[in-house]
Amino acid sequence: MRWTRVGTAFAGLLLLCVSPETFAGQASQGSAGQQNPPSPPPAGMPALPGPAVPNVTPRFMVVIDAAHGGDDTGARIGNGVGDHAVEKDIVLSLSVRLRSTLSAHGIGVVTTRESDINLTPISRAEIANRDSAAACILIHATATGSGVHLYTSSLAPLPVTRFMPWQTAQSGYITQSLKLSSEIDSALAHAEIPVTLGRTSLQPMDSFACPAVAVEIAPLVSGASTKATPISDSAYQKSIVDALTAALTEWRNDWRQQP
Amino acid sequence: MISRAQRILFTVMLIAAVAMAAFLIRLRERAQDRLLVVQDSVPLIEPGGSPLENVSLLIPNDTDGSLLPAQRSLPMPKDESARARVLLETLLESFREPHSTHPIADGTSSGANSLANSSTLGINEVYLMPLPQPKGSTPTPGLMAVVDLSAAFAAAHPSGIEPETLTLLAIIGTLHANIPAVTQVRFLVDGHQVETLAGHADLTRTYLASETEPTGR
Repeated sequence: MRWTRVGTAFAGLLLLCVSPETFAGQASQGSAGQQNPPSPPPAGMPALPGPAVPNVTPRFMVVIDAAHGGDDTGARIGNGVGDHAVEKDIVLSLSVRLRSTLSAHGIGVVTTRESDINLTPISRAEIANRDSAAACILIHATATGSGVHLYTSSLAPLPVTRFMPWQTAQSGYITQSLKLSSEIDSALAHAEIPVTLGRTSLQPMDSFACPAVAVEIAPLVSGASTKATPISDSAYQKSIVDALTAALTEWRNDWRQQP
Repeated sequence: MISRAQRILFTVMLIAAVAMAAFLIRLRERAQDRLLVVQDSVPLIEPGGSPLENVSLLIPNDTDGSLLPAQRSLPMPKDESARARVLLETLLESFREPHSTHPIADGTSSGANSLANSSTLGINEVYLMPLPQPKGSTPTPGLMAVVDLSAAFAAAHPSGIEPETLTLLAIIGTLHANIPAVTQVRFLVDGHQVETLAGHADLTRTYLASETEPTGR
């Protein structure tokens, strides 16, 4: 009798240990470095306990880094009505919006910040590198130029090794970063948003050990196919978020096909 | 009772004092005239000793993220550091032209006084030095340019990845195009190493002239 109870308790403990995913989704949103896992099973399906299969497949995870924050306000950006906003607030708003949209599409997201806090470049890189992310998106905003500027690291590409120098960890991911940038470029072009591609030296991007692209959003300047639109325009922001979501969904499909 | 001899002596001394005073006043006037002549002869315009040279500047365009070459004819000094400084002052001056494609506000209007003290054009100094050589390695030819920007220029610079990157690329590209020996560039602001130019572009590293090809679309 006593041995039966012990055996039952042991079996229960074993069941909990082999299904950690049961608890991985309980993390609440709203703090830096937290994960937002994919959505639960489709509606209408009964919630049956699945077989206890170890999850050996790496999860597709996207890191969103809203630049600046706290004392570091970033650029001052006009909103088209004579008032000025600061970059840290605009990128945080966009980061939250993108995180929600990606989560709705079943993509796991880690954000470096969810509020107006000071974060060092090292802290941002730590958060990004902790989860072996499949894509890292740094969100910036500027009052200069037109459309969206996509920047990848200007470091020379190097093969990935077990230990990469912290300051230049991105050098092992340059080729993938350029592919990701190309994917985002296509999605933005499809949304008829002007894109400028470039390479730069930017902290913390050079320390990110993941395919990383800095997405800098600028107002739309009046042109042949565009009309003047401030960054604060809700429809403009939505079109950018939708394009990024489409690009990352496509990136996930490519990522799954990798050996 | 004053004697006659004393009266004569007093009169002579009075005449001598008046004559000496007149002489000194005249000397002072002549000295002032000479000073005015010297001041008038100070050249107010640059002497035409330096021959005009065609130089190539890389002018950024914020709208499409490109760098467009522009030719200028400038009197260039012989010394390479001075040449580099003239090149960059001309480049940065072009950013303040009325219809600049990469506008940067005049730092003097921001209240920063270091601009007036050090440089009115945003460049404090350009130092050219041999490339650092690791011990035991084969010496690499070439020069490293250390560009000391003024704090007023950095403060007036628009914040953003694109504008800051374009400024650095324009400086590096202009230096390399006109002084091919310059293959590496570092940046200081008022003599100090700083993290970024205006919040984005990294100023802590050494830039290679070969890696600064933009890919604007």
